[in-house]
Amino acid sequence: MTIAVIDYGMGNLHSVAKALEHVTHENVLVTRDARSIQGATRVVLPGQGAIRDCMGELERTELSGLVRELLANQSKPLLGICVGQQMLMDHSDENGGVDCLGFLSGQVRKFPLDMQDTQGARLKVPHMGWNLVQQPNAHPLWNGIEPGAHFYFVHSYYVAAEQDEQVFGTTEYGNVSAHVAVGRDATFAVQFHPEKSARDGLRLLENFVQWTP
Amino acid sequence: MALSKRIIPCLDVDAGRVVKGVNFVGIRDAGDPVEVAQRYNQQGADEITFLDITASHEDRDTTVDMVERIAGEVFIPLTVGGGIRTCDDIRTMLNAGADKVSINTAAVTNPDFVREAAERFGSQCIVVAIDAKRVSADGEPARWEIFTHGGRRPTGLDAVEWAQKMVEYGAGELLLTSMDRDGTKAGFDLGVTRAISDAVAVPVIASGGVGNLDHLVEGVSEGHADAVLAASIFHFAEYTIPEAKRYMADRGITMRL
Repeated sequence: MTIAVIDYGMGNLHSVAKALEHVTHENVLVTRDARSIQGATRVVLPGQGAIRDCMGELERTELSGLVRELLANQSKPLLGICVGQQMLMDHSDENGGVDCLGFLSGQVRKFPLDMQDTQGARLKVPHMGWNLVQQPNAHPLWNGIEPGAHFYFVHSYYVAAEQDEQVFGTTEYGNVSAHVAVGRDATFAVQFHPEKSARDGLRLLENFVQWTP
Repeated sequence: MALSKRIIPCLDVDAGRVVKGVNFVGIRDAGDPVEVAQRYNQQGADEITFLDITASHEDRDTTVDMVERIAGEVFIPLTVGGGIRTCDDIRTMLNAGADKVSINTAAVTNPDFVREAAERFGSQCIVVAIDAKRVSADGEPARWEIFTHGGRRPTGLDAVEWAQKMVEYGAGELLLTSMDRDGTKAGFDLGVTRAISDAVAVPVIASGGVGNLDHLVEGVSEGHADAVLAASIFHFAEYTIPEAKRYMADRGITMRL
């Protein structure tokens, strides 16, 4: 029983690995070795920074073929985090436009820079900090987590999925309703950082570790 | 709903102990960093900032070890600052489990370092720390300048212009400390906090001078800060984090309770 955290050189994998180790006795492996990833029972696809770099590193390390295969087969649970969520969509507006993995229909868009709150104060971008996550559709990964729970975000781009039934979490920021949890079959992906979201974040990771789709 | 405003307890760490100085002199011991961080995590702190104020090289390894231990037990964002001068320093801290690093003096001596760091690691983990001091006399239009070396060395840089430049270079967040107020418990310098908060698109953390809960409220409501950082009011148990959050929420500020 091994959980593979895919290491393609982007993002703080240690936080994800440490948080997983906190909720499971299973072996947590941060790896870019194709055989280890294929042999794992579960896979986490993290990501941080610019999406062009993330997609580029995935291609360069030749892990993109493997990730596409995992997504096509849906033979084991996969959790995408942050840019790891965005990469599952068709296309991102970041970096002048980047084609993504196209596992889910939808786009990745930038928060408008001119948003204001109800008092007229400027809303900062990146959307950084704790915000509420609603649960438009039920999902086993929400077990024990209340609708409207707080999760920790750091991002300037957000997912706009096309199919309502694939949206499991939404967060309001300014006039945007971002799709912060999406998925289908054995794949679930979140924009926020469960590994940094205190108790509810750890609960989501625990749910992932126990999930049998 | 809006984003919650954040309360960030700050651990100033010297030689493996949490300390707190008054205007950076007169240091008091406030405990073991890992225990202190765990306590704040349990209390519902939104984030933790770890500032390494150690000068010696040997103690750097202690810091990395502390960061690793905190990151293994505290699952909220952790920012590490103090002596971050190279991309290798950043990589070391991120590998130890930090989520963000705070760059201070190195940003002033070499602004391109901020650009390089943001390009390499992403703006989301690059915090630029700004130590500002008021340089205008009473009655003059307010003006603040950047100081380095714990507030001892003036740079001649205008604080608001500097903040904008750092954001342009890729800072994802600014940690603004008023050197006039730090350690005084007289409240934030709301003038500089508001001037910088309103001038940049990224979140601003107000720091320096918190002595009571009204100061935290003012930092957000009058200073327009996105987060408030405090040390001694929490270290010496004058207030707990939940008390502070409740107090702010009761005054209409969106908080994660």
